[in-house]
Amino acid sequence: MLQRDYTTSQLDVLEAEAIHIMREVAAEFERPCLLFSGGKDSIVMLRVAEKAFWPAPIPFPLMHVDTGHNFTEVIEFRDRRVAELGARLVVASVQASIDAGRVAEQTGRRASRNRLQTTTLLDAIEEQEFDAVFGGARRDEEKARAKERVFSFRDEFGQWDPKNQRPELWNLYNTKISRGEHIRVFPLSNWTELDVWHYIRREGIEIPSIYFAHSRRVFERDGMLLADAEVVQRGDDEPAFDAVVRYRTVGDMTCTGAVASTATTVEQIIDEIAATRITERGATRADDRASEAAMEDRKKEGYF
Amino acid sequence: MDILRFATAGSVDDGKSTLIGRLLFDSKAIFEDQLEAVERTSRDRGTEYTDLSLLTDGLRAEREQGITIDVAYRYFATPKRKFIIADTPGHIQYTRNMVTGASTADLAIILIDARKGVLEQSRRHAFLTTLLRVPHLVLAVNKMDLVDYSEARFEEIREEFTSFASKLNASDLTFIPISALHGDNVVSRSENMPWYEGSSLLHHLENVHIASDRNLVDVRFPVQYVIRPHNATNQELHDYRGYAGQVAGGVLKPGDEVLHLPSGLTTTITAIDTFDGPVQEAFAPMSVTLRLGDDIDISRGDMICRPNNQPQAAQEIDAMVCWMADGLKLQPRSKLIIKHTTRTARALVRDLHYRLDVNTLHRDESVTALGLNEIGRVSLRTTQPLFVDDYARNRLTGGFILIDEATNGTVGAGMIVDAR
Repeated sequence: MLQRDYTTSQLDVLEAEAIHIMREVAAEFERPCLLFSGGKDSIVMLRVAEKAFWPAPIPFPLMHVDTGHNFTEVIEFRDRRVAELGARLVVASVQASIDAGRVAEQTGRRASRNRLQTTTLLDAIEEQEFDAVFGGARRDEEKARAKERVFSFRDEFGQWDPKNQRPELWNLYNTKISRGEHIRVFPLSNWTELDVWHYIRREGIEIPSIYFAHSRRVFERDGMLLADAEVVQRGDDEPAFDAVVRYRTVGDMTCTGAVASTATTVEQIIDEIAATRITERGATRADDRASEAAMEDRKKEGYF
Repeated sequence: MDILRFATAGSVDDGKSTLIGRLLFDSKAIFEDQLEAVERTSRDRGTEYTDLSLLTDGLRAEREQGITIDVAYRYFATPKRKFIIADTPGHIQYTRNMVTGASTADLAIILIDARKGVLEQSRRHAFLTTLLRVPHLVLAVNKMDLVDYSEARFEEIREEFTSFASKLNASDLTFIPISALHGDNVVSRSENMPWYEGSSLLHHLENVHIASDRNLVDVRFPVQYVIRPHNATNQELHDYRGYAGQVAGGVLKPGDEVLHLPSGLTTTITAIDTFDGPVQEAFAPMSVTLRLGDDIDISRGDMICRPNNQPQAAQEIDAMVCWMADGLKLQPRSKLIIKHTTRTARALVRDLHYRLDVNTLHRDESVTALGLNEIGRVSLRTTQPLFVDDYARNRLTGGFILIDEATNGTVGAGMIVDAR
C-alpha cells in the first residue's frame, strides 16, 4: 500500500471544525440564526455555512443589528450577498429601539450607538424566538473572548456568566437549554485575524471596499482616524483632512477607526497584518478602550 | 502548514506564564498594545517585572485575585505550524479545566521547577494527560539557571519521572531543560547547557509528528446531519440525499463497502461530496457528505463503518469519569443525559467501582459518590445502544459527556474502557 502523509492544512482543519459546529447547531436547535454584519468575520462565517449545507440552502436566516450608523458600502454589500444566496435577512434596528423608548440615545461628542445594540439584539432574539445565534467572534481578538466557549450559554436575560461556563471537551457540544435561554455559537473561535485573511484569499471571497485603501475625509481622536460623517460628532478642535486609509474592522462609524494604509489587494493586506504590532481591536475600536475589562462587561450584558 | 494543539499545565510558580509569554512574544503573537496594557497594570500593582500572566488571565476576577480560573486559548504561528495553546490552571481544584484542555490536545507540556523536582502536582498532571490520551508529553524542566544548569540535576529529575511514568503508559515522553525567564532552550538551543543534545522546545513543537496520531485504521463516520435539498425545479437535487458528518476514524473512499449501524445493512459509498467538489478520500478531521448506493433509513446519531471492522453497539458501558459539577454528585442510581459522537441518550449509573486518587493513583473502593474534580470508574446503562470504541483506540468514539437533566449543565466527561 502506498504510504501517504495525512497532514491537513491549518485552514482545512479550521474549516472542517466550523462546518461541524454549524451542522451540530442545525441538527439540535429549533430556530438558529446567523449574525451577518457585512464585516469580514461574518462574511467568512457565511461562506462556511454555505459549504456546510451544500447543495441545500443555508437552513437558517441571517440577522443584522443595524445601528443606522453603518458605512453605506457595507450595507450595499450585505444586501447584495443576501440576494445572491436567496437568504432571509432579519434587520434589527437600533433606531427602532430608540423610537420605541427601549433605549435612550447618548449625547455629546462621543455619543455612540454601540452599547445600545445589546438591547436591540436581545429584543430581536426574544421576538424571533431564536435559540441559537451564530457570531463571528474569535478568541484571539480580546482576552475575555479567549475564555469563552464555542457554545456559550446565555440565560433568559441574555447574560454571559464567565465564571460558570459549561466545560467543553473533544468535539462534543452541550446544546441543552430551557425556554427563553439561548446559546451564542462561535464557529470561528480558533481562527486568528491572519487565518481569516488567508481564507478570504484562498476562497476568493468578495469583501466590502472599505477594507482596501481608499481616500477618505477623516479626523483624529485618541490616536484613531474616524470618518468625518454626518453621524459622527466632530469638534471644532478636531480638524478634518483627507487621507488614504483602510478599515481593519467594520463596525459602527462612531467608534470604528481607520488605519493609514496603501494596501489595495488581499495579498497586501496580509503582508501588512503580518508586519503589524498592534491588535485589530486596539488599533481601531474605541469601545474596547474604556477599561481593561470593557469587553467582558459588555459581554456579560449580552453583547455580541 | 498544519496545526498543533497543546496544553500547558503548571502554576505561575513553575514559570508557566513566563514560558507562554516568551513563546508568544518571540513568535510576535503579542502585540504592542497588549504588552503596554500588561506593563501598565504591572506598574499599578507595584510589581517589579512585567507580569505576563496578565496576558492570559483575561477575566476581571482573575486579574483581581491574581489567579487563573479557566482554560484560556492562545494562538501563535511560526512558518512551520500554527499553534493553539490550551492554557490550564494547575491546582487540584481545577482538575476539570485541565481535563477539558487536554481532551483536544496533541501534546502536553508539564512544567517542573528544577529546584523542587517531581512534585505531587507534576505526577497529577502526568496522570491526567495520559488518562486523556494526549499522544505526546513534554517535561519542561524549568529554572535550570537556578541550579547552575546542572546536568546531574536534570538527569536526576528525568530518572525519577521516567520511573513514575512507566506506571502510566505514557506514550511519547520528551525531557527538555529550559529557563523560560532567560530563554534557554525555548526558541533556540542554549549555550549554557552544552551537555544537552536534544531540540529546543519550539523546535520540538514545530517538528513532532502528529499526522499519524489520528486513527486512520478503523472507519468511523458518525452521521451528524442529513442533507436533503427538496429542490422542486432541479431534478438532480430533488432526489439528493447526503449524510453529513466529520470523520472520526479511518479513511473512506468512493466504492468502499460500508456498514450502517444500528441496521447492520451494508451498502457502497457512491460519492464523497464537499462544496468544493467530490473528493477521492476522507479522513479525520474532514467534514464531508457521503452519498450511498442503497436506500437505507439513516438518521443523525447513526454510524457508518466497515463490515469487518465495527464499533461495539453497547448499552452497558464502563468508563473512567471525571466529575465536573459543583454541588451535584455522581452516585449509583444517578440518571443523566449522555452525549456520545452525534448520539444523545439517557444513562443510568449502575455502579461506582472506585475513586482514583489523582496524586497517588490509589484506588478507593469504599466511596459511595464522586464530587467535583474527582475521577472514578463507573458502569453505565444507556437507553439506546451507542456505537463505541475504547478511548485508548479512538478519542472521538471513546469519549462522552454527561449532562444533568435538571440544570442542563455539563457535569461529567467519560473515557470508555469497556463496553458490552
